[in-house]
Amino acid sequence: MTVAAARALRSSDVCFVGIGAPSAASNLARALHAPDVTLIYESGPIGCRPTVLPLSIGDPELSETALTTVSVPEMFAYWLQGGRISIGFLGAAQIDRFANINTTVIGDYRRPQVRLPGSGGAAEIARSCGQIYVIVAHSRRAFVERVDFVTSFGHGEGGDHRRRLGVRTAGPTLVITDLCLLRPDPDSKELTVFSLHPGVTREQVREATGWPLGFAPEVAITPPPTPVELAALRDLNARTERSHAAG
Amino acid sequence: MLRSRAVAPILSLQDAIAENVRDGDAVALEGFTHLIPFAAGHEIVRQGRRDLTLIRMTPDLLYDQLIGMGCASRLVFSWAGNPGVGSLHRVRDAFENGWPRPLELEEHSHAGLATAYAAGAAGLPFGVLRGYAGTDLVRYTDSVRFLACPFTGEELAAVRSVRPDVGIIHAQRADRAGNVLVEGIVGCQKEVVLAATRAVATVEEVVDDLRPASPNSVVLPGWTLKAVAVVAGGARPSYAHGYYGRDNGFYLAWDAISRDRDRFLGWIRANVLQEAGAPT
Repeated sequence: MTVAAARALRSSDVCFVGIGAPSAASNLARALHAPDVTLIYESGPIGCRPTVLPLSIGDPELSETALTTVSVPEMFAYWLQGGRISIGFLGAAQIDRFANINTTVIGDYRRPQVRLPGSGGAAEIARSCGQIYVIVAHSRRAFVERVDFVTSFGHGEGGDHRRRLGVRTAGPTLVITDLCLLRPDPDSKELTVFSLHPGVTREQVREATGWPLGFAPEVAITPPPTPVELAALRDLNARTERSHAAG
Repeated sequence: MLRSRAVAPILSLQDAIAENVRDGDAVALEGFTHLIPFAAGHEIVRQGRRDLTLIRMTPDLLYDQLIGMGCASRLVFSWAGNPGVGSLHRVRDAFENGWPRPLELEEHSHAGLATAYAAGAAGLPFGVLRGYAGTDLVRYTDSVRFLACPFTGEELAAVRSVRPDVGIIHAQRADRAGNVLVEGIVGCQKEVVLAATRAVATVEEVVDDLRPASPNSVVLPGWTLKAVAVVAGGARPSYAHGYYGRDNGFYLAWDAISRDRDRFLGWIRANVLQEAGAPT
């Protein structure tokens, strides 16, 4: 999943990176085919080149390796809202068929089954980045017909809902899971599978999805991770574990 | 409001908090991952403040501790978690079970709360951003409304400014006149000091001369602050760029400490209530 996500990034991208899986994928891309990708974290650092994965969104490693570090209000106003970020890379607790994302609450807002951290930067990342990649493990718990809470607006009710709200960015264009790759149908904006990871069946993906899942007319097989990709990922994880254990 | 240009007095931590933080105040302790004012927050716990509205973009472990000790009745925030680790168990226990007392939430996005602080610093009643549209966040707060741009007609979000009674930050150093320097990840420390009615800074050290400053240093003139207190290590287990690193191991350990009410209380007793300077 991390490798498949890393492959989506290019050196020319300016990427607003969420913590966790998005951060791992972005830094793997930087170690592999996208050495010059510009990584931005919401705590303010621009052009980060960390050697280990940060535990938090504002680890010292980020500002120490950054080209520059700006204040948080400036980050959101000038850099994100100003339209200077091409890719927003988000995780999700729930994602629905129109790629709306929930990271706020499972169940009722006031009497939640599970209270999650909330939006952080995600709501406006989804609004203001050129396009959004989402990385999330595939399960019925995560892939739901309707999210319990719209933290980050994806394609709303589908179709031209973004445009009707006056939102001019593309929104979610790619969803990477441990089973497959999905993208919104060009018209309906419903998430459909366009590539299955090696050995994964359509039935398996349907089973793990909470709505009647559609498939693109031609479904590819995702190329398996290469030895080089796997070695780079292991390297990054090993360095990170050593660093966090050392505190 | 015209502020006098009085030099910020350098006080003990105990006096700086006692003179500025009162029951029922709206208090923002800021520092985005970096320079989180833990020592100042612990002093608020020791002084037994109650019924606070706590404001902070990322509540983090410090607000888990304050809320677990019953200091707050309301939390204004935009991301409440233990970064990279999981939930804030004390915040959840207060919100979900009312322990040790009920907690009301006012929830924002980061962009919304950052805009609200900046508007507060500018003395405006609200800030404007291109945000919140289509999200459910707007259904649960009365602090966000939509308005039409008077020039283009574009629909934009208005967020009520945040103007805390007290803003508290931790910084690298102050000079003897109480001018305070922050560098590294500077978060919204400048905005919270300028938005607050009373601002307090704890610092790693007092020096004769603030220099050398890094290119992104923020210097807050002493007359923007009510008090400065020297507390070396005052941001631990978060970090102070140029002084000490982040204790990621403690952030990981907090998950188990905070999961259980008794273990949490034991930790607070041993590490907060019995610290030097605490009233016994």
